[in-house]
Amino acid sequence: MGLLSKKDRKLILDPLADDNPITIQVLGICSALAITAQLKPSIVMAISVLFVMGVGNVVISLMRNIIPSKIRIIVQLIVVATLVIIVDQVLKAFAYELSKELSVFIGLIITNCIIMGRFEAFALGNGPWKSFLDGIGNAAGYGVILIIVGFFRELLGSGTLFGFKVLGDSVEKTGLYAIGYENNGFMVLPPMALIVVGIIIWVQRSRNKALIEEN
Amino acid sequence: MGLKQKLHTLKEKYKGTKMAPAFNALHTFLYLPNETTHNGTHIKAADDLKRTMNIVILALVPCLIFGIFNAGYQHYSAIDETLRQAPLANFFTWDNFIMGCWTVLPLVLVSYGVGLLIEFIFAVIKGHEVEEGYLVTGMLVPLIVPIDIPLWMLAVAVAFGVVIGKEVFGGTGMNILNPALTIRAFLFFAYPTWMSGDKVWVHGAVDRQKEILAGANVDAISGETILGSYAQNTTSIAYDYWDMFWGFIPGSVGETSKLLIIVGALILIFTKIGSWRIIFSTLIGALTMGLIFNGVVSAGWIGESSKFFGLMNVPFWQHLIIGSILFGAVYMATDPVTASQTNKGKWIYGFLIGFISILIRVFNPAYPEGVFLAILLMNVFAPTIDHYVIEGNIKKRAKRLKAKTA
Repeated sequence: MGLLSKKDRKLILDPLADDNPITIQVLGICSALAITAQLKPSIVMAISVLFVMGVGNVVISLMRNIIPSKIRIIVQLIVVATLVIIVDQVLKAFAYELSKELSVFIGLIITNCIIMGRFEAFALGNGPWKSFLDGIGNAAGYGVILIIVGFFRELLGSGTLFGFKVLGDSVEKTGLYAIGYENNGFMVLPPMALIVVGIIIWVQRSRNKALIEEN
Repeated sequence: MGLKQKLHTLKEKYKGTKMAPAFNALHTFLYLPNETTHNGTHIKAADDLKRTMNIVILALVPCLIFGIFNAGYQHYSAIDETLRQAPLANFFTWDNFIMGCWTVLPLVLVSYGVGLLIEFIFAVIKGHEVEEGYLVTGMLVPLIVPIDIPLWMLAVAVAFGVVIGKEVFGGTGMNILNPALTIRAFLFFAYPTWMSGDKVWVHGAVDRQKEILAGANVDAISGETILGSYAQNTTSIAYDYWDMFWGFIPGSVGETSKLLIIVGALILIFTKIGSWRIIFSTLIGALTMGLIFNGVVSAGWIGESSKFFGLMNVPFWQHLIIGSILFGAVYMATDPVTASQTNKGKWIYGFLIGFISILIRVFNPAYPEGVFLAILLMNVFAPTIDHYVIEGNIKKRAKRLKAKTA
C-alpha cells in the first residue's frame, strides 16, 4: 500500500496516461508547441509548471471556503501570477540564458489552461493534500508530453540532446552525418510539434481503445 | 493455368486472413475480379477508381519521359555549354536517356516502393482493401522533386506524406491535403538546402560543388531556375520563351515541358477526369495576379532596386511558362478529393490557387515559387468554399420559392 491510498495514487497516475492534460484533454497545447524545439527548455518548463501547479492547487484549496465565488477567477489569477513571478525571478537569477530562451512563455504559464482548469475543477472542491497530488499529477502529465516532444524534436531537428551532439557533428560530417544524414529542419518548426503531439495521441489511443470517443 | 487464375486461387487461399487485402489488391489491379455481386441493382461503370488513376498516370507518362531526357540534357549541357546552342538536336540522345534513367528511375522506384509498402501495411492492419490512391501520388512525387534529392530523404518524406497526409484521415478519398504536395512540402521545410537554390536542379551540380570545395580544379555547374534568376533581379535570362515552352530548362523533374503538360491536360479534360473549370480558373488567377504586378511596376510604385522588382516585372503571360504553375494547375489542383466539389466552388478555388501562387512566387523571400503552397492552402479551404456555395444556392432557391408562392 505504501505512502498513498489507492485513490490518491489514482490522482497522480491518471493524468500521466489515461487522463493526460495534453493528449486527452487537449489543454496547454500552445506552450507544448512553442518551447519544445529543445529538450532543456522543455524540462525547465515542465518543472516550472510542476511548481506552480503543486503550490497553486494547495493555496487555492486552503482558501476554497473563503473565496467569494463571484471573484474566484480573479483570486485564482492572482495566485498563479504570484507563483509565476517567483519562477520567473528564480530563472532570471540562476539561469539567465534559459529564461531568455523561454522568454514570454514563462509569463504565459499564467494563461496555461491546465492550471486554471485544475483550480476550477479540483482545488476548489477538495482538501489540500488531494489538491496537491492532483496538481503535481497533472503537471507531471503535461511535463511528460513536453519532454517526449522535446526529445524527438531536438534529436531529429538539431541532432543533439541537451546540446550534446549525439548524432555526430553536422558541420564536420562525423557520425551519422558522414553517411549523408541531415537534420530535419521541419522538426524545429512549431507545426511539426503539433504533428508529434498528434502522433503521441494516435499511439496512445491505439493502445487503449477505451479512449476513442464514440461519434 | 493463366496468371489470372493463379492470382485468383492465391486470393481464395488467403481469404479471411490478415494478408487477404494485399492479394486482393494484386488481383484486381491486373484483372477484373471473378466474383459478381449477388444482391441489389448495380450500375456497371468502366471508370472505377483504378481506371481513373490509370488515365492520370497515362497523362503523366509523357512528362516523365521528357523529364528523363531533360535530366540528362541538363547534366551534359551544364558541363558543355555548346550543347545549348541547338537544344532540339542534342535533346533526344541515348546519352541523355541513359543518364536520365540513372537519376530519375530510382526516384520513381523509391516513391512507389515506400508508398505502396505503407499502403499495404495499413490495409493489412485495418483489414480493408488496398486503396488505389497511391498509384497517382507515386507517379507525381518523382516529377515534383529536384533531380538530386537524396533517396532516403524522399523515402522519409513519402512515409510522412502517406501516413500523416492521408492514412490518419482514413485513407484515399478522405484526405484533406493532396498527398503528393504534402510530401513536397515536407521536403521543402525539412531539407530546404536540397529543395531550393541553384545547385539541386541539375544532376551533378551538388557533387561538383563538393569537389570544388575539396580542392578539385573543375568548373562549377550552376543550374539556376528561371525563377531563381528573376528573384535575383537578373534581367538577362539564358533561355528564350520557346525553351521554356518546350521545357529545355532546369526545374523539378517533370514540370519543365509546358507542351507535354498541355497534352496531359487535354487527356484529362477529354476523359472528364480533370476539371477544366479548375485548370482554367487557376490560369486566370495567375494571369490576374501577374497583371496586377505588371501594373504596379508600370505605375512606378516600385523601384528597380527593390528585391521584388525582378519577379514583378515578368510579363504576366510568362508566369504560365516558367515555374510549375501549369503542372500544379493540371495535375495537382484538379485532384478530385481535395478540390472543391461544386462547379461555382471550382472557379473560386482555382482562381485563388493561381492568384496566391503568383503572390507567393513574387513575395516569398526564401524560394521563388509558391504553387504547392497555394494549392495546399486552398485544399484546406475547399470545403469552406463548397459550404458557402451550397448555402448561397439554398438561399437563392428559398427566395425564389417565396417569390412564387407570395
